[in-house]
Amino acid sequence: MRTIQRDTVVDAVAKLCIDANRYLPADVRRAFEAAQANEDNPVAREVFRQLLENADLAEESGLPLCQDTGLAVLFVEVGENLVVEGGIRDAINEGVRKGYAEGFLRKSACDPFTRANTGDNTPAIIHFDLVPGESLKISFMAKGGGSENMSRVTMLAPSQGFEGIKNFILDRVAEAGPNPCPPILVGIGIGGTFENAAILSKKALLRELDDTHPDPEIAAKENELLGLINDLGIGPMGLGGKTTCLAVKIAMAPVHLASLPLAVNIQCHSARHKEVTL
Amino acid sequence: MAEYHLTTPLTDEDVTQLKSGDVVFISGTIYTARDAAHKRLVDALDRGEELPFDLKGAIVYYVGPTPPPPGRPIGSAGPTTSYRMDAYAPRLHSLGLKASIGKGRRNDEVKQALKDNTAVYFGATGGAGALLSQKIKAAEIVAYEDLGPEAIRALTVDEFPVTVINDSHGGELYVTAKR
Repeated sequence: MRTIQRDTVVDAVAKLCIDANRYLPADVRRAFEAAQANEDNPVAREVFRQLLENADLAEESGLPLCQDTGLAVLFVEVGENLVVEGGIRDAINEGVRKGYAEGFLRKSACDPFTRANTGDNTPAIIHFDLVPGESLKISFMAKGGGSENMSRVTMLAPSQGFEGIKNFILDRVAEAGPNPCPPILVGIGIGGTFENAAILSKKALLRELDDTHPDPEIAAKENELLGLINDLGIGPMGLGGKTTCLAVKIAMAPVHLASLPLAVNIQCHSARHKEVTL
Repeated sequence: MAEYHLTTPLTDEDVTQLKSGDVVFISGTIYTARDAAHKRLVDALDRGEELPFDLKGAIVYYVGPTPPPPGRPIGSAGPTTSYRMDAYAPRLHSLGLKASIGKGRRNDEVKQALKDNTAVYFGATGGAGALLSQKIKAAEIVAYEDLGPEAIRALTVDEFPVTVINDSHGGELYVTAKR
């Protein structure tokens, strides 16, 4: 049994919060540059120019990329032979508290009815997975409200199949239009149960933008959806152009024979995330 | 598409010339307000109270900035999604508000209010919080300090870049900008 000191986790999580909010992920930068070169529309090219300048400025000045530094969402893989001194959930929340204070990040967590701010961006949204071994992998995502509000879960009938899935996704993205800060990433969760599909759709967003799904049939579906979404012509910031979406990522789970749950989680262009393994 | 450099407060003449798609650089004072602040502004109007700033010719920026690091007036400060303010915007326009800055679509009531009151809706680049922060030279809280990031601030801006989304003549860039 391995023991990790509480402070190790606290400091690692704090650094994830600060770094993810400050540094544009390398895969996203590559996607911006490729999309900028591909756009004929001068307005679309100008949006990418601004986003790349914004990324450089954030890196130089230490300011966050975006004022909405999000709710802290963490996907945590905990080795079965691992103990975090004092409790892992508590250590992660302390790390979020520390990171959001020291990084001058906006605290957006508040009571759903009174709207009173909790003041430190906790409690964080934490999803734990137990895995074999004794390591601890923590993936952090800053999830902004503007894009999260455009996300949806639905329960399709099995007979609707991929056509039904496709139609729901395209309708959702078209309806969201300029609101979620396109070019967007679309995380899709298919199967499992109602709540399982939603978690899958968000977890799918942790994948590298330019990776390929290991199952060629699913990879083909991701590409088909990406093409269809970009054909909507919403464009960067909704100002028209070829790039409405940078990537579509599908995650699936076996499902009840009566069900076809579908979740569409829309992520903004900056796709702020970072991970560490302790 | 034309380019304009405007100084606050805005006049009817400033607004009438603007067409959707135009690029505008704003200098002067703009006021921040988002969800909770809008609710308080409208509640104050319902009680017959005076508002904490003069709406006449004013521009409201839908933003909740990050805390300022030492030596800076403000943190990151990009636009938030505007539709959440749709319930309040027509009333503020009827009292003299000339423009709002945000991102995303507005509803039909807001678009009608822009026509009725010679007002305009600007879009700023969502997610470009660090970049837009450089155009903000000073920030001062004018009301609702307890709301933290949602408090109303007076921002002194210099050449703050925006695009006209909805003009005062019914034009909308999101409709006409498809490739």
